[in-house]
Amino acid sequence: MVIAAEDSKKVAGRFSFSRGVHPAEHKEIAENMPVRRVQPASGATVVVPMSQHLGAPCKPTVEAKQEVKSQQEIGSSDAFVSAPVHSPVNGTVKEISPQPHPSGRKVLSVVIKVGDEQSADNEWQELPEGFAEKIDKLEPEEIIRTIRKAGIVGMGGAAFPTAVKLVRNENKPVDTVILNGCECEPYLTSDYRLMLEAPKPIVAGLQLAMRAAGARQGIIAIEDNKPDAISTILMEIRQLDNIQLAICKTKYPQGGERQLINAVLGRVVPTGGLPLDVGVVVVNVSTASAISWACAEERPLTERIVTLTGRGITEPGNYLVPVGMMLAELIEQAGGLTEDAEKVLLGGPMMGPSTGHLNVPIMKGTSGITVMSRAEVCREPETACIRCSRCVDHCPLKLVPTKIAHAVKAGDLETAQRYDLMACIECGCCGYICPSQIPLLQYMRSGKAAVQAAKRK
Amino acid sequence: MAKTEQNDKEQKILLVSSSPHLIEPASSKRIMYEVVFGMLPAVGAALYYFRTGAGLILAACVCSALLAEWLCNVVRKKEQTITDGSALITALILGLSLPPELPVWMAVIGTVAAIVVAKMLFGGLGSNIFNPAMVGRAFLMGCFGLWMTTWTAPVTMQNNPAVENGAVKNEVAAVTGPTPLALAKQPIKDAANADKLKKATPNQVNQMFKPMFFGQTSGSLGETSAVFWLIGGVFLLLRKTITYHIPLAVLATAGIIATIAWWANPEVYAHPLVHLFGGGLMMCAFFIATDPVTCPLTKLGRIIFGVGVGAMIMMIRLVGGYPEGVMYAVLLMNAMTPLLDRWTRTKPLGGHVSAK
Repeated sequence: MVIAAEDSKKVAGRFSFSRGVHPAEHKEIAENMPVRRVQPASGATVVVPMSQHLGAPCKPTVEAKQEVKSQQEIGSSDAFVSAPVHSPVNGTVKEISPQPHPSGRKVLSVVIKVGDEQSADNEWQELPEGFAEKIDKLEPEEIIRTIRKAGIVGMGGAAFPTAVKLVRNENKPVDTVILNGCECEPYLTSDYRLMLEAPKPIVAGLQLAMRAAGARQGIIAIEDNKPDAISTILMEIRQLDNIQLAICKTKYPQGGERQLINAVLGRVVPTGGLPLDVGVVVVNVSTASAISWACAEERPLTERIVTLTGRGITEPGNYLVPVGMMLAELIEQAGGLTEDAEKVLLGGPMMGPSTGHLNVPIMKGTSGITVMSRAEVCREPETACIRCSRCVDHCPLKLVPTKIAHAVKAGDLETAQRYDLMACIECGCCGYICPSQIPLLQYMRSGKAAVQAAKRK
Repeated sequence: MAKTEQNDKEQKILLVSSSPHLIEPASSKRIMYEVVFGMLPAVGAALYYFRTGAGLILAACVCSALLAEWLCNVVRKKEQTITDGSALITALILGLSLPPELPVWMAVIGTVAAIVVAKMLFGGLGSNIFNPAMVGRAFLMGCFGLWMTTWTAPVTMQNNPAVENGAVKNEVAAVTGPTPLALAKQPIKDAANADKLKKATPNQVNQMFKPMFFGQTSGSLGETSAVFWLIGGVFLLLRKTITYHIPLAVLATAGIIATIAWWANPEVYAHPLVHLFGGGLMMCAFFIATDPVTCPLTKLGRIIFGVGVGAMIMMIRLVGGYPEGVMYAVLLMNAMTPLLDRWTRTKPLGGHVSAK
């Protein structure tokens, strides 16, 4: 990749963290497919779960049989850590009941029957004229209020309410906002397409987030396997003095918050702490775009780009999907599953949970759906641990996964915790690298769940 | 782990399992066979230098190891594991550490001890504390000490036409002789013995670098040839089958200690290269001490382990009663492994989880 001389000050490259893994990327399946808008058919149902974020679930603010308009608030909560939800379509509330949820449990959801008449499609690429100049005049409190009202959560997967992240804390001033465009999960390309096709709202979103958090510098981090995105974003930030571009090595989990902060700034987020503790806020590029639209036209977060990818899908691509659209309908609009489709993942292959049925809605945090074909699914049997220490050498958090997994297996939670079980970020590097196919991450997860259950008692 | 659920709409069976859903293609089996592959140069050298004797011993070790593991699995009613390659490695390491003229039935006894006692009784692959091959060798040392220290010179060194042809087993008594390390040991023993008037010097062994490097010396099947272990070791490093920590620590520690001793008293102590190329040091550094099952998990632990092995080997060679110390050094450090794992518990990025 060639970077013009005048841009050299804007760009710094080869940032990375230690350890981690290099899974095959498989981005070629969907990376060249332009974003295409899909809409649920009229008469179909969309399901909007009251819990699409970390924190308190919302309470429905509508009733059954009630007419709802697109972008109307249909659930909210007074809790500090929460985010309201909005209707993605015009229609009628069919029922309010627990519905299947990507988490595997049933969650209280508003089920909406899609009406015949829908409003015009939202613009998602070009911001309204003059908005860029207005950013500096917006008050931080106002930005945060708008973000909260729009129900924006982290769209990279964790779905933490963005407004909560940006609220200023007197004791912990933020100096840097990192925009996360790494997209280190294999297969997924939604952030890449967004950076390529709609860079302006992303950069504006970063400026808004910086203004809200009171940060003096902004850094956009992109992995070096996305040269097109790097040059596109570079064009947009040329005139902006306080925004830089950081090119990161392609490595998993480069986009993990802790790894990214460590790679780009050399700061270490304390275990059990937040990026805030080291003066940083990390925002995903899709989230930044949503922030722009919220501030530009008070548009709530009701649609997002979802990568539909994998060898098990007939028409892989990147789709602009209303939040709440059923997975089955989305897959149908993408030509359906292939004959040998075998595993459907809500997310990428490293962290995405698999689902046994397609009766789940797309949520705010769903960045992709990976459908793996029979050939892609690994079915090697588990064999004995040979203590090869590959999991230890590749754990980005420097844990000893095999030791913890064996302790969890033996029911010895005390040892597991002494070896810092609770610091695990569940990135899956250990399970990926294990030559004996031991489901190490599964042991870590069940161990964490057992510790949390014991704490509640 | 995986269960299937039916999607009633499309009658499609979807697989449900825990992430990550991608797995690196390397398997434990492949790791094992890479190690076997890395040993092939040394095996070839053993067959070349010791001909039929080497072939018989290695074949006996491999067959008895596989049979012993198969029987253990049958008795324990476990799934068969003989194809996983680990028994093969144990058999080859043990076989290559035996003297060429050892009766075959002794080699079989050693192998059975290695597989049954040191590995399967502990729970099979991954659960053993001690390196099985070294346990097997220690067992033979205990039972047949004299046989285990009688070294025949390689057939290529014996100017015996009957043997040169290779096909005929020599009827003349094989030429036996001290190993280079035994030659290096003699001056040390003599120095301690004040009564002895004519003291040996390490001059003779100091002339032997080249034969030691290429294998033209007496010794056990695999320990006469440093270069072939080096080739195999570099292969393992390049394939990332092993990490550099243990080989480097073992070789550096042994080299440094040997150099210090040589500087201090070259009249008594042999040249450091004698120690680096002599005996089983190369084999130990790349193939024995690096056995993943019996070495520590953390990088720091592996370095300490390697330093310990290297130091212990040199201690035995320079001070102790034996000319060679690989076996005891590895076994002693194996015993330290759980402790080293504990001492070198890693600190996570961001510090330990605070107890709340």
